[in-house]
Amino acid sequence: MKALKRGYLGLILLFLYLPIAVLIIQSFNAGVSRAKWEGFSFRWYQELFKSPDIMQALYVTVTIALLAAAASTIIGTAAAVGINAMSRRPQSTMMMLTNIPMTMPDIVTGISLMLLFIFSRVERGYFTMLLAHITFDTPYVALSVLPKLRQMNKYSYEAALDLGATPGYAMLRVILPAIRPGVITGALLAFTLSLDDFTISYFTTSPLVQNLSTLIYSEARKGIKPTVNALSALMFVALLVLLVTVNHRTSRTTN
Amino acid sequence: MNNLAIPVWGYWLMGLCLAGFVWMLVYSLKKYRGMHRSLYAWPYGLWMVVFTVIPLLLIGYYAFTDKLGNFTLENFANFWDSNRSMKRELMVQGFDPAALGMDARGTVNVSTLVYSLWMALICTLVSLVLGYPTALIMADRSFKMGATIVVLFVIPMWMNFLLRTVAWMSLLEDSGLINSLLKLLGFSKVQLMYNSQAVLLGMIYNFLPFMVFPIYNALNKQDQRWSEAAMDLGANKWTTFWKVTFPISMPGIISGITMVFMPSVTTFFIPRVLGGGNTEMFGDLIERTFLTADDWNVGSALSLIMMVLILFSLGLLRRVDPEGEGGSMI
Repeated sequence: MKALKRGYLGLILLFLYLPIAVLIIQSFNAGVSRAKWEGFSFRWYQELFKSPDIMQALYVTVTIALLAAAASTIIGTAAAVGINAMSRRPQSTMMMLTNIPMTMPDIVTGISLMLLFIFSRVERGYFTMLLAHITFDTPYVALSVLPKLRQMNKYSYEAALDLGATPGYAMLRVILPAIRPGVITGALLAFTLSLDDFTISYFTTSPLVQNLSTLIYSEARKGIKPTVNALSALMFVALLVLLVTVNHRTSRTTN
Repeated sequence: MNNLAIPVWGYWLMGLCLAGFVWMLVYSLKKYRGMHRSLYAWPYGLWMVVFTVIPLLLIGYYAFTDKLGNFTLENFANFWDSNRSMKRELMVQGFDPAALGMDARGTVNVSTLVYSLWMALICTLVSLVLGYPTALIMADRSFKMGATIVVLFVIPMWMNFLLRTVAWMSLLEDSGLINSLLKLLGFSKVQLMYNSQAVLLGMIYNFLPFMVFPIYNALNKQDQRWSEAAMDLGANKWTTFWKVTFPISMPGIISGITMVFMPSVTTFFIPRVLGGGNTEMFGDLIERTFLTADDWNVGSALSLIMMVLILFSLGLLRRVDPEGEGGSMI
């Protein structure tokens, strides 16, 4: 029974990892063909850094993810603090404003933002994509911070005020430390969502400004160059190393 | 990188936001107790109104108007019969569509919607059937590696989902890995790509984790002593599962169904790559109506219909799970 269970889990994981393995193997293929193995080479890794398209897409993807994560973390954390301090009725209005974008399908979010930008005669490009990313990231940050605020002692903020702290000082020294895990989770979530987004970026940018997803989409039909495979293999390994080191360090500090 | 420049009004907007925050900070740093903390939510509220509510209202506006901006319900009628505008054009020019044999109803919109719902339903069911046992095994107390497996489920999501979907092409193609293996074993070639099954496979591949996580979370919260108590009171394994474990996992199932069904109905990349254009789904239809046919009015009407459908199904699910555990996975 135990072997059966493990076998089942193994099969599911094989299903999840098979395409990734294929991608990584292809990135070392000397030929262009997806199907034929023409020998091992680092050719695509070398060409990667010479390709202006891919380098720009990488730049756009990473900077937008970083900027959007930073902006949405600030706006979302402030929002959570504000919402938590509100009386019942405005609070439920704000929660509705938060839940609308979460239940909207990506394609509707993307299209509605596209309509907004065209309607207000704003040329779509890098900045509109950034605005769109902040828009879909922020509710996630607010929702990861809110539970931490609910958990914390309501009176510690008031106690700080009674002891003579200004509201700003109390915010920085009492509230922020208590909600820090929620803020970090929210920031990471925002970064990941932004890094992987395709649908919303697709509708809110111009063909001149591509992120990795839209670049892959436009290439998917004529056949994706193995350079893109090489890049994602690199990013994948980088994230993996990051995860392992972070895990290693936290486990060492807890021990 | 010239086209990456931020426009002038962008600097103005950013400056304004920054000034707002600085103002708030200065205001609160001063010893002024009147500043209520609820003010902190204002930038967010303003942002959400400008970038969520107004865009939604725009979709509503385009859905209920024609090209000239006059009120009309024609766009919704077009959903039922996509040949409507062509037939009207013929009538205006003095032809009788029926006499020309062109009075058939254009069913493409309705049939695409039905097809999408059907595909999403199958995808959700298969994900549930595959995902529930997975979550059950992972949450088992005697199985120590549950948390590790969760990480193993998350890691693939770091690789761009479009790329992972394209990778399936290399596996399923006529000259792909699976067919080469079959040939090696002496079987004949199988057509694996460009059909509904391939699209389903891609959807299940992408959305399966969203079924496993909420169920795993719900099961993990369960107090192990409950099932032990049930066993002590004489229930067998099967009864314990149906009377104790399964009801506890119900909120997880509901939120898993929501998180798989919604993106499945609206997906528009997977059918295009793995279905090769034979399997258009509702997301593709909306994208095509907006960007290829350039018809914002009909496209908006289609988006609204989809939104209403999704809200309706969410409402139904809420009835099953009134405590609103849905989305608790985040």
